Amino acid sequence: MLRIEKLSVHYGGIHALQGISLEVPEGKIVTLIGANGAGKSTTLKSIIGLVKPSSGSVTWNGKSLVGTQTKDIVESGIVLVPEGRRVFANLSVDENLSLGAYARSDKAETEADRRRVFKLFPRLEDRKKQKAGTLSGGEQQMLAVGRAIMTKPKLLMMDEPSLGLAPIVVKMIFDIIKEINAGGTTILLVEQNAKAALEAAHYGYVLETGRITLSGEGRQLLADDRVRKAYLGEAE
Amino acid sequence: MRHKDIMDLSTFLQQLTNAASLGSLYSLIAIGYTMVYGILRLINFAHGDVFMLGAYVAFYGVASFALPWWIAFIVAIGLTGLFGILLERIAYRPLRDSPRISLMISAIGASFLIENLGVVIFGGRPKSFPSIPLFDTVLNFGSVSVLSVSLFIPAFTLIILFALLFIVNRTKTGMAMRAVSTDVEAARLMAIDVNKVISFTFGIGSLLAALGGIMWSMKYPQLNPLMGIMPGLKCFIAAVIGGIGNIAGAVLGGFLLGFIEIMVAAFLPALTGYRDAFSFVLLILVLIVKPSGLLGKKQTVKV
Ligand SMILES: Nc1ncnc2c1ncn2[C@@H]1O[C@H](COP(=O)(O)OP(=O)(O)OP(=O)(O)O)[C@@H](O)[C@H]1O
Ligand SMILES: [Mg+2]
Repeated sequence: MLRIEKLSVHYGGIHALQGISLEVPEGKIVTLIGANGAGKSTTLKSIIGLVKPSSGSVTWNGKSLVGTQTKDIVESGIVLVPEGRRVFANLSVDENLSLGAYARSDKAETEADRRRVFKLFPRLEDRKKQKAGTLSGGEQQMLAVGRAIMTKPKLLMMDEPSLGLAPIVVKMIFDIIKEINAGGTTILLVEQNAKAALEAAHYGYVLETGRITLSGEGRQLLADDRVRKAYLGEAE
Repeated sequence: MRHKDIMDLSTFLQQLTNAASLGSLYSLIAIGYTMVYGILRLINFAHGDVFMLGAYVAFYGVASFALPWWIAFIVAIGLTGLFGILLERIAYRPLRDSPRISLMISAIGASFLIENLGVVIFGGRPKSFPSIPLFDTVLNFGSVSVLSVSLFIPAFTLIILFALLFIVNRTKTGMAMRAVSTDVEAARLMAIDVNKVISFTFGIGSLLAALGGIMWSMKYPQLNPLMGIMPGLKCFIAAVIGGIGNIAGAVLGGFLLGFIEIMVAAFLPALTGYRDAFSFVLLILVLIVKPSGLLGKKQTVKV
């Protein structure tokens, strides 16, 4: 279980997160939705140690993560599929997956995970010798998720996995998120595609300019007037 | 007429071995520039001075500690590798998150510091490297006679190059190096210890510079604390010509420079005085035609 309490982040003079608190219970899909610049990526980056919070706490199964190196956080079972995929363009698909398993020493299990990734995304197996930079946007997203699975995460965080993808690919990604979750992995999902995210999630938080303004079960938020107006583009 | 042709051919072959050995030396040094740039986007101005240190440590090993040459060389290469790692720790790591210009100034400062410490510690007067018979033998192939070191250098360089390409392309550490040079943040997300990878890169680059420095002093046995400046500058140019960040490019650039320099001196003796200028002319030409260098890739961003 991941717990964030009164987390604050500053970028120079910009107060990007203004004391947010949230929880991601084990085995659940939790989503964080919000407009551009709300602080969604910042939240994920401070969990994984890429951004240093100015105050507040992040605890993972009772252990504080603030000040811990990213490498150690990843080894403790948290991984981030970053915004914009960030696959290693000039490395092959296979090498990208191997990098996910960089810190692992359980060879047999690693190979089993690689087969699992290829089963989830057969297109990656067909292209495993290909440079990641030559993949389509959707395939790169699959690779980014596959690479994250290779770290053997207990908590998988994804930053806007549906960004820039065709509806059919978005649906596929969301199906796979549910499948990964059904396999026991906890998910923290950041999305601007609020409808798809809230439908998939057990629980959701709404982030507005650095503050959490609403939270509740996915379905409940989906039915909430404020959410419908602001994030689902529905008129009154 | 016949006779003259043969003469020219043998002169040419002789110059070719010279070009190959100078090109090899340039390549070894250029690789260090390119690897460090690839990973930190930093031009390590102190790299030429690391080359000088390698030569001096080997010199003291042989001349003062009377070590067998090969032990002295191995010790010098190892110590210089460690020095490179230390240099990064002290001069570059604390500035990792500072603006690029601070890093560059620190590199220039480190370079001046090493050169001046060199003058203080080693003395400003040139030292001559003791002759090592294995490298100092004149070999005759028909009408072509070459110094054995001129053959050893390219041979060594080839072996080292293959080893390096193997490390970078076929090992886990090499894969991490390529990942870090593509996207540091994403590499962190893969639980890669970025600091370790950077140290490793500096270690390898410095080790190669030391090897270059030692072999350089086999061929040109005059050592002085400023001896790294000009080769350093030229090898930086070689790395840029080849496409900075690209190892094969650094090698190509190194050989190209070595070749042009030797051939100009040999066949256009009137221009010998300008031999150092040729590297700059070549640099400008390449940058005009292909700004990313001969083997460099255009920076493409895929959204
Ligand atoms: N490295 C940075 N330096 C300065 N300001 C930053 C930095 N990163 C983010 N910010 C600012 O912090 C705020 C939150 O940014 P963040 O990237 O977390 O938003 P987001 O919710 O992920 O937005 P988007 O949906 O566009 O990805 C924004 O105002 C942004 O301009
Ligand atoms: Mg974002």
